[in-house]
Amino acid sequence: MLRDDIIEYSLDAHHSEEQGVKLRKKIWKVTAILTLITAIEVVIGSVIKQADASWYIVKWVLIILTLVKAAYIVLSFMHLGDERKGLRYVILIPYFIFALYLIYILITEGNAIAAILTEFAS
Amino acid sequence: MAGHASKQIDAKTLWGGKISPFSTSYGKLMMWFFLVSDALTFSGLLIAYGFTRHDYLGSWPIGEETFESLPFLGNGFPLIYVALMTFILIVSSVTMVLAVEAGHRMDRKGVTKWMIATIIGGFFFVGSQAWEWSHFIHGSDFGRVELADGSQAIVKGKFGEIKNFEVVTAGHHLAVGEKVTEDLKHEYTHAVAGGHVHNGMITLHDGSVAKINKEANTDMRLIVKELGGKYAMGDEIKGAEAIRLYEEVVNSGEANRVIYGANLKQNEYGPQHYGQFFFFITGFHGFHVFSGVMINILILLGVVNGVYHKRGHYEMVEKTGLYWHFVDLVWVFVFTFFYLV
Repeated sequence: MLRDDIIEYSLDAHHSEEQGVKLRKKIWKVTAILTLITAIEVVIGSVIKQADASWYIVKWVLIILTLVKAAYIVLSFMHLGDERKGLRYVILIPYFIFALYLIYILITEGNAIAAILTEFAS
Repeated sequence: MAGHASKQIDAKTLWGGKISPFSTSYGKLMMWFFLVSDALTFSGLLIAYGFTRHDYLGSWPIGEETFESLPFLGNGFPLIYVALMTFILIVSSVTMVLAVEAGHRMDRKGVTKWMIATIIGGFFFVGSQAWEWSHFIHGSDFGRVELADGSQAIVKGKFGEIKNFEVVTAGHHLAVGEKVTEDLKHEYTHAVAGGHVHNGMITLHDGSVAKINKEANTDMRLIVKELGGKYAMGDEIKGAEAIRLYEEVVNSGEANRVIYGANLKQNEYGPQHYGQFFFFITGFHGFHVFSGVMINILILLGVVNGVYHKRGHYEMVEKTGLYWHFVDLVWVFVFTFFYLV
């Protein structure tokens, strides 16, 4: 009998052996991806020097790779991808608003202070 | 993993009412909220690091130049050790998620096995961090030198072994002709930093003066990090010229022209702030890992004693799992912003 006062509930997330096999396959796949990304990051980081002209692009590549890694950890390992949409947004949106705001304001401020210091130094 | 409820949920699980927000349990939701607040703390630290780095006018230390040592193997392995630490933490995250998966199948043996693996991984990571701190504090073989024109350079190369100190002028304890053979490297770096080395002679603690019998340093490179007058930023001085300049400073007998290692006031790698951020950020993260290991051990005891099995679900493993993955997540960012870019 279908009852509408009983809600979907992650606490009862028991799964069968067959589902387990599938899930473990996915876990190992994510492991391989994370390891590969880390290896790529280290190779890029040690081959291309920060003094190189291409460093600007490399820096952004490294940051994007990091975000990809973070997304895999949060959505797959922490199972946030399997939670309800509402929970996902309640966690991610406030965090991103604060973090992006802080990044914007402090990096801008840091650059401005550097500009002033340079002006007074010369 | 939104499972479908097959049985009625008792009132306690439903937060004492009839509803459970986001279809998740109270404990799990609160763990998520805690993690968001903790993530904001770490963001604050890393963004403060970015702020300092952007307003700093000189050159900032470069990860692959600063962290290039391996235990037992010495120098010349840029970032390999940190990459290894990252890998260890990722693997321990994987074993944690496998423990959670085993918990969903009510497989107590599986949970125990994977929890133990996670704890071992955690200890390995904390141990690695202890080694890294020790290495960072003690510093490289050469330290950082202030050249004659006032510019400062970090030094790379192969350190020639010190054979002994041969006493030429007696002090309180040592007589002429006696040879000091113990704790040479430590004595030597202290004497160089304190300006007690002059023209190949070292003044020891008891006031005696000894000749330094040492093999020559080889493959030396000086990389200019602070402007003095003669060199441009990032200039690399190699070969015989590098050896000559370095020896000149070491044998000058002037204090504080060579700095070894790091403390909260100064460090050989870069500006004072760099050392402080290193200690604070990696230290704060390391403390999280340590707490995580302790919590994992407590949960493991619960698993072994069958507490969660009797309860009918392994949600506690899931909740500590969330914390453990978060610690891994933070390290992913520390790795990029502190070591890579």
